[in-house]
Amino acid sequence: MADTVVRSARKQASAQGAPKGVGRLPRAAVHHPWWFALPAIVVFAGFFLVPNLLNFYYPFTDWSSYHPDIAFTGLDNFKTIADDGTLVRAIRTTLLYALLAAVFQNGFGLGLALLLEGDSRFNRFFRAVFFLPVLISALATGYVFQALLDQDGAVNSVLGTDVPWLGSTTWTLVVVTLIHGWKWMGLSMLIYLAGLKGIPDDMLEAARMDGAGPWRTFWSVRWPMLAPALTFNVTTALIGSMNTFDIVQATTGGGPAASTEVFNIYMFRIFGQGLYAQASAMSLVLFLVVVAVAIPLVIGLRRREQLL
Amino acid sequence: MNPSVVWRYGRPALVLLIAGLAVGVPLWLVLVTSAKPQAEAIKPNLDLPAHWQPGSNYEDAVGQGEMLRGLLNSLLVVVPSVLLVLILGAGAAWVFARRKSKLVSAAYALCISGLLLPPAVITIVMELRQLGLAGTRPGMIAVYTGMYLSTSIFFMTGFIRAIPMELEEAARIDGARPFRIFARIVLPLLRPVIATATIMVMLYAWSDIFYAFFVLGGGDRATLPLGLYKVASAQLYLNNWHLVFAYVVVMSLPMVAVFLVGQRKIVSGITSGAVK
Repeated sequence: MADTVVRSARKQASAQGAPKGVGRLPRAAVHHPWWFALPAIVVFAGFFLVPNLLNFYYPFTDWSSYHPDIAFTGLDNFKTIADDGTLVRAIRTTLLYALLAAVFQNGFGLGLALLLEGDSRFNRFFRAVFFLPVLISALATGYVFQALLDQDGAVNSVLGTDVPWLGSTTWTLVVVTLIHGWKWMGLSMLIYLAGLKGIPDDMLEAARMDGAGPWRTFWSVRWPMLAPALTFNVTTALIGSMNTFDIVQATTGGGPAASTEVFNIYMFRIFGQGLYAQASAMSLVLFLVVVAVAIPLVIGLRRREQLL
Repeated sequence: MNPSVVWRYGRPALVLLIAGLAVGVPLWLVLVTSAKPQAEAIKPNLDLPAHWQPGSNYEDAVGQGEMLRGLLNSLLVVVPSVLLVLILGAGAAWVFARRKSKLVSAAYALCISGLLLPPAVITIVMELRQLGLAGTRPGMIAVYTGMYLSTSIFFMTGFIRAIPMELEEAARIDGARPFRIFARIVLPLLRPVIATATIMVMLYAWSDIFYAFFVLGGGDRATLPLGLYKVASAQLYLNNWHLVFAYVVVMSLPMVAVFLVGQRKIVSGITSGAVK
């Protein structure tokens, strides 16, 4: 094969009368030139990496809407958010939110995938039905559930109860993460379905021949074979829900008593007050928390895949 | 009773029950409320409207929520973002998939770091202000493109690695230059993954409000979700659930339509991309 490449390269050079220098460049550089990747690298670096780098400087300044100059102030912003308790609260709320949201999203998704596993017309229709919430914007989802769960809302009117679903400082976070899980369960379901489809039939057949019931087959064959789907789903759910904003904003706005105030809600609120550097400090903390969660998570799940 | 018989008849019943409660009820609430007059919609419930007025609600949502402008604004940022993510992503993925060196691996690792890392939204605003792009559509497009490039590069690189090199070599023997090979061979082969990337980026960008808040704000260039936020925030004072839900329906229709048209491709694309 290498032979053909060389010959074709020569043929190309002679046919097109390419400039002399080309012959001396490595083949890869001629066939797949760097400049194809350049625009993507420039945009990604310019609008993703550079802001993240700036985010390591501005938290240590007094950048705000109140004065025109930006001066270095050291750790002042971090002291402020640590002293008024928002730092610890935001970290705890966000991590708890991400954990619960990931559990619900994956639990619902896997349950639906197992229910709708066979390839019948009935199942295909209901897969589309459960994918519907993924298509609706998260903000709209939040409003729908606000109308359902308000104290004056539809759920209380149907049940004849008077429960403040969105007014508890303890349980509202759980309610909001349930909504998050509801919104994204269709995506997890599709990925688990693909994982289930990838399990060879003879493997399930062999388990049946050995006398394994559905329960045993699930835990001994299917569950281990779902490892790659689980890795993908858990990672995307955890990371995605640490970046959550819309659902929380639309249902509770961070309340009651800041009990659902995740990082992005805090940043949005404090940025609106003109305290840019302080918002940036929280943004840096979010970055560090995501890195601290993501790296061990990805490594751990990958290792688990290899062990199973 | 035999467990397999229970499963056979119980499963469809269970599916119907879950679908009815989990998707049917919220959907029903949205549809009936969007057809109610304001007085009936103040306390949202599942009753049918006593007085049907879907027409005037949808008209109000379109008019008061400045929907047509919002729709145009959304299209003007989402469509260019999707195109840029796809085209720039494909070019980079081609190089990353085909060339092998430490530098290429490093560049690839850097370019897919956006899969995990959160965008630094506050300093994005700072940077856009300095570039004179704050509050503009090009600024918003650049931010979306930067945010979603990682996803498209990741999926496309994996996909191109699975395409045999011989296809490109055959064209090269016929004298095709890199640009021609890319446009005529690589891009068409990428069609399935392009379908997936399109739907994923559209899903996120179409419904995004967080980044749009920071970059565009609520002015003339407000996208549909920003419009919904405005209508719903006024809700605190006006109790206009009927308008909020009419807005939700109109805003969701384009995504539902895209899904229904491309359902098969989207489903297979999402699933094949994720589990490898």
